[in-house]
Amino acid sequence: MPQNILTADKKHRKLLGGLSDTNLLMTITIIVFILMYLFAIIGLGAGFQKPQTFFNILNANAALIILSSGMTLVMITGGIDISVGGMAALVCMSSAVYLDMHGGSVIGALLISLGIGLAFGLIQGFLVAYLDIQPFIVTLAGMFFARGMTTIVNTNPFNVQNEAFVKLKETRIIIPGLGSYNKRGEYIDAYIEIGVVVALIVVAALFVFLKWTKTGRNFYAVGGNRQSALMLGVNVKRTTFLAYLMCGILGGIGGFVYFMHVGSGSPTHASGAEMNAIASSIIGGTMLTGGVGNILGTLFGVLSLALIQNIVSSMGLDQPWWTGITNASMLCIFLVVQSIIIARRKKVNLSGEKPKEEGAKK
Amino acid sequence: MNPNTRSKTASEIITGMFRKQIFIPIAALLILAIFNLIVDPSFFKVTLGQNNNGDPILSGNIISIIDYGSELAILAIGMTLVTAASRGQDISVGAAIAISGSVVLRVLCGTNSRPDELQAPIIVAFLVSCIVAMSFGAFNGVLVSIFKIQPMVATLILFTAGRSIAAWINNNELPVVKDDVFPVFGGYIPGVPIPTPFFIAILCFIITWLVLKFTNLKLYVQSVGINEQTSRLNGLNPAFIKFITYVILGLCVAVAGFIKVSRLQTINYSVVAKDIEMDAILAVALGGNSLSGGKFNIPSSILGAYVIQFLTTTLYKFEVQADALPAYKAVVVIALVILSAPIVREKIGQTFKKLRSPAQAESNG
Repeated sequence: MPQNILTADKKHRKLLGGLSDTNLLMTITIIVFILMYLFAIIGLGAGFQKPQTFFNILNANAALIILSSGMTLVMITGGIDISVGGMAALVCMSSAVYLDMHGGSVIGALLISLGIGLAFGLIQGFLVAYLDIQPFIVTLAGMFFARGMTTIVNTNPFNVQNEAFVKLKETRIIIPGLGSYNKRGEYIDAYIEIGVVVALIVVAALFVFLKWTKTGRNFYAVGGNRQSALMLGVNVKRTTFLAYLMCGILGGIGGFVYFMHVGSGSPTHASGAEMNAIASSIIGGTMLTGGVGNILGTLFGVLSLALIQNIVSSMGLDQPWWTGITNASMLCIFLVVQSIIIARRKKVNLSGEKPKEEGAKK
Repeated sequence: MNPNTRSKTASEIITGMFRKQIFIPIAALLILAIFNLIVDPSFFKVTLGQNNNGDPILSGNIISIIDYGSELAILAIGMTLVTAASRGQDISVGAAIAISGSVVLRVLCGTNSRPDELQAPIIVAFLVSCIVAMSFGAFNGVLVSIFKIQPMVATLILFTAGRSIAAWINNNELPVVKDDVFPVFGGYIPGVPIPTPFFIAILCFIITWLVLKFTNLKLYVQSVGINEQTSRLNGLNPAFIKFITYVILGLCVAVAGFIKVSRLQTINYSVVAKDIEMDAILAVALGGNSLSGGKFNIPSSILGAYVIQFLTTTLYKFEVQADALPAYKAVVVIALVILSAPIVREKIGQTFKKLRSPAQAESNG
């Protein structure tokens, strides 16, 4: 039996060429995304053929892309951060209150957002990295703290009227050549919001960071095996701390981008964002066990999740509960697939190491 | 008797008391009680009044604590077992309560959302909700034990989907039960002035105590939590034991959900048992149980749960909004986990030794 597994694995390897785990999972996600989009264009027609539909998905999910990127960083080091959603809500509410009730400037609001993110990152990073407390407990407390603080800052949801901010919010970057004609035959330009640009810059920067800098590579080393990373001279604690710190700052930026998209403060903003961020990272090929992951995969993870929601709602299942149920079942499927991959690899490793012993037993 | 026991000094007795696990919640309870006593002694006032039916009932802050803390205490039983065996917590309990409560109402009301009489006996509704909640517990258990996903990530699935499923079960309607017997489980038995949930919590505790006394569950759960590999080599099935703890938690969720819907005779999917997962985890931590598995103490957790409710009531008294409560509790959780972190404990121990050693040197010299 073990020989069968071995040979099967060899074939498997040949078929997929020299793809590593990181790239394999990411490639699957990208292929699935493209197939789904093709299905949507062919099966559901009209709406999905317009480029603007794709740009709308980007516009609506720019904040989620940034939050998920932070989550991916933490998950690569083997941790998790479920406070990102709460953080985003707190950032929205604080910025909104600052802009409208204290007559603040947009720059000030941006600084507040970054400050909140930085504070969360510093405290959570310190607790997880240096005091060795389970990341889940720390960030769960962080999530509840952020949600509670949001209500303390202001209870009622409200729209921001600040002129400078509204101007910023409504700035649209026109993409030439991809517009479409509406029913009256007028040409409408395709556009993206500023948040999308920010998100793409974040993704590009983190891609470079993880691929070509020493610190970025340390993230993978720490997540893959703490012990060997320590023996190789990686400062494990500092690297873990850095991951949470970056996730916190990205939470601040993501929160502000979310704020630019919705233009209001509310305690219920970004509810479930932590779940979506984790799901996107996992769908994008980041392993919960750490050491494996890719920012580009996360980008496609977010887009896949959003696309599925769009497909589900355009198929007529638009009751509010379907979003929660589809998201959760997607997460469930990808988690199970991942754990099967891990279990299979362990089995192959074991049987690869000791084929003789196993054979003798039979 | 051991002759050494008699020669125990007072300081040894005190340090022995400090080491008892149940000391932590008792200390927290005392601190809260003294705080309230200083700020406002009328906090402890209990009055005997009458409800709408003319039955005698007790009311006051203490009564509301033992009333509303009961669901939490019941959840804490299951959460302690899950924490001990799987080294992680189930964060889907709030959503699961919404589901089981929704099932109870669905069975009691049938397709009509406001029936004049019950469509099914209460016991049937309760049993069906038990089965549903236990199967959701089993779902979590399978993800954790067979697919080896970290408990909190595995239960995150139900945490997100749970309230949506609850709304889906009743087609997003809010059924209202009209019945004389149903409200008793979340209110008062006619003629008994103490709230019923408290009795249900005691009953649950007695059952758990009996189960732990007459089966090997406690031993198995602890050994799996302390070292999974070793317990597997000793012939236990760690996956099955973890699975069982999640099913037990499912049962606790069903009971808690039943009390929740019985209180209001209806349900609000987005609000029912909101943030209760945080409280349940806090109760386990406050009970002195390690959040990373291993040894556990059920009575300690239950006491912890009532202390949490004490804290909630105290915060309410200071006019803290319900939605803002988690912020304060999060601070308490962080303080607790920092104090119980091994690194911090070591540091504290070292400081104590340094403080003590000069004194010892003096006494020896």
